[in-house]
Amino acid sequence: MTGAKAWTNPLRDPRDKRLPRIAGPCGLVIFGVTGDLSRKKLMPAIYDLANRGLLPPGFALTGFARRNWATEDFGQVVHDAVKAHARTPFNQTVWDRLAEGFRFVQGSFDDDDSFDRLELTVADLDRVRGTGGNHAFYLSIPPGAFPVVCKQLARSGLSAQDGHQWRRVVIEKPFGHDLSSAIELNGIVNDVFPEDSVFRIDHYLGKETVQNILALRFANQLFEPIWNAHYVDHVQITMAEDIGLGGRAGYYDGIGAARDVIQNHLLQLLAFTAMEEPVSFSSTELRNEKIKVLNATQLVGPLSETTARGQYTGGWQGGELVPALNEEEGFNPRSRTETFAAITCEVNSRRWAGVPFYLRTGKRLGRRVTEIAVVFKRAPHLPFNATMTEELGQNAFVIRVQPDEGVTMRFGSKVPGNQMEVRDVTMDFGYGTAFTEASPEAYERLILDVLLGEPSLFPVNAEVERSWEILDPVLEHWAAQAHGPDPYPAGSWGPDSAKAMLARTGRTWRRP
Amino acid sequence: MIVDLPSSTVSDINKALVRLRSEGGVQALGRVLTLVIVTGDGSAIESAIAAGNSASREHPCRVIVLARGQKKAAPRLDAQIRVGGDAGASDVIVLRGYGKLADDEAGAGMVMPLLLPDAPVVAWWPGEAPAEPSADPVGLLAQRRITDALSAKNPTRAFEQRRASYVAGDTDLTWTRLTPWRALLATALDAPPHDPVTSAVVAGESVSPSTDLMAGWLAERLGVKVKRSPSKSGPGLGSVSLERMGGPVELVRPDGKVGRLRQPGQPDRLVALARREVRDCLAEELRRLDPDEIYGAALEGIGKISKGRTPIPIPVVNGAAS
Repeated sequence: MTGAKAWTNPLRDPRDKRLPRIAGPCGLVIFGVTGDLSRKKLMPAIYDLANRGLLPPGFALTGFARRNWATEDFGQVVHDAVKAHARTPFNQTVWDRLAEGFRFVQGSFDDDDSFDRLELTVADLDRVRGTGGNHAFYLSIPPGAFPVVCKQLARSGLSAQDGHQWRRVVIEKPFGHDLSSAIELNGIVNDVFPEDSVFRIDHYLGKETVQNILALRFANQLFEPIWNAHYVDHVQITMAEDIGLGGRAGYYDGIGAARDVIQNHLLQLLAFTAMEEPVSFSSTELRNEKIKVLNATQLVGPLSETTARGQYTGGWQGGELVPALNEEEGFNPRSRTETFAAITCEVNSRRWAGVPFYLRTGKRLGRRVTEIAVVFKRAPHLPFNATMTEELGQNAFVIRVQPDEGVTMRFGSKVPGNQMEVRDVTMDFGYGTAFTEASPEAYERLILDVLLGEPSLFPVNAEVERSWEILDPVLEHWAAQAHGPDPYPAGSWGPDSAKAMLARTGRTWRRP
Repeated sequence: MIVDLPSSTVSDINKALVRLRSEGGVQALGRVLTLVIVTGDGSAIESAIAAGNSASREHPCRVIVLARGQKKAAPRLDAQIRVGGDAGASDVIVLRGYGKLADDEAGAGMVMPLLLPDAPVVAWWPGEAPAEPSADPVGLLAQRRITDALSAKNPTRAFEQRRASYVAGDTDLTWTRLTPWRALLATALDAPPHDPVTSAVVAGESVSPSTDLMAGWLAERLGVKVKRSPSKSGPGLGSVSLERMGGPVELVRPDGKVGRLRQPGQPDRLVALARREVRDCLAEELRRLDPDEIYGAALEGIGKISKGRTPIPIPVVNGAAS
């Protein structure tokens, strides 16, 4: 980056693939450090990075929260979180080194004094730990608190970067709740941090399987020739969860599944699936292609027939009695928040003309699964008679994002016997259950990329705003309806309206 | 599950593998490579298999263990197949050959029919390795050959052999053990000031091939005078010092566990720098299956270094519990 114009490090060589990139001297400040995400994901990920030797010596982790803790209490909380959730085994030596860099600053967001103390802490870290003035601020806080925290960071001088030193800010979804609020939020953040210092976390993009989509498509000769409207009938992108929303009312009520998942994760998956080949794998080129394909993406109408929304009702799900959404604690009993959302998109390009992309997501569905299914057209001519191919469906190529990461192909094969009968079979590639064990968690990858200043896995402003632009008409359409979301039983695959939206073109949802 | 096949042949083993798959569906097909482990018939087998299994969690593979038994015995092959929970994410085939079957040629002949179709083959000698791995019958089957000079009876001689016989595709775990050191040094140079390094001193145990390799790597990359000195204390590689105009970049590790990075104008930084376990090294090795040119260059660089005689004291690192 800056300063490294002509100079190249003599110890580095592109052929030296063993040499990992360790972040340079730096520190991370987490706001909202007492939250769930921080304890379950961020702290373990930081330890795992340290254990893999990818954090710089002298790395500093500062927690900021209202809780009246001393640094030791904070250390204990991190320790417990690491013990409970870290992926790699606990190593005392690694822990001791990491724990030396812990600091805790007690305070609230509107209190000038606490940010001044944070500034002093950070400056002290530069002196004692050698963090070199490089600091990232992770805002693990509700978006409502962004303006005040950003203002405080600017006021206390924490956001000021000069020379070789960098300051970066990491923000989590939701990035607004519609286009105008997203623009407003981006404005607030960009007032304090320039766009290249803003890292928006979409943890899906840190997953190996999502990055693997690009490898599968562009490193192989096998798939790309058929990756177009000539051969592809339609694409289904599903993100289903079997859990409900108990305890998340504060965040979820009034937001709903479409804003929570479709706007970010599913449209990003669509972009990866549909994008053209980037000129190179640099972050700029990658983003250009993603923005290009998102710009070509549109809703298919009429929205009353091509979209569906639902809300789960109570009942027995997988041997467990679960409450309906409007009985969950904290939710308005008359809540119109949707817990299931499905939309139909099309990508207006030569490659994809006429191929519908069905996106669906929901809570309390059959099982927890995220997948991209590319369903192919039937062979134009079958030299078999109808009875022979009765059991033959459409070929499909399924990228299983989680769990059980891998790829499934479905095609027809002869049933053994003296008759010619063709039936669907599947072929699985699983990078083993093994893969998940040994491959880094999404947050590890993303936090490391923030510290390295490597932006390719983070959506930019333009992508976020374009995604809202795509989704907004659906949200407005739903809000204008007299009736609320359609009920669906917990543990099912969504309301009947979801089936109807595919049935109108003679298609059906896959059961993932 | 462990299936013993005493007094067996390779075609019996192949049949048993197919049977196990159709009966239990225990073997996944998504294997990415075959790892051939060549050992003697002793206690070392289990630790080698354990390392292979743990590496298989990152790289699903078939592990073939070629354990050479008594040469003065009637020719016999005892085989064992491990799948499922006893084999990590791999399937393990142990071949114990006796008599004529303990020979190199015969061993390679037994391995050949068990290799996964079309997948790369990696050979690993956890203990003593042949003088010329690339000419060894098993080595010839493999595109990557992994040895470990440090576990040989005479590490210095084994390492000299490695240097003399190096061809693309060879690597030695003495090189893998250096990766964390190399990464820290490279990162230290990443940050400004970007002053050129004028000379370097590397100190370690007098018998420490890794220390020699580090010096060779620095000599090759930096193109400056590099001195390799014995250290007064501490195991393995003890310290690296890169001289620059503004002062040296120093990485020291007195106790084999905790390192200290010292740079001019910056506070000392401690870093966990434990000697790496074999299974971590093996997993790193399997991450890349193409030749490691940088290792080859580092071996060559050893010819350019100067040897120091005066032992260099390795400073104690404050704050690090021993």
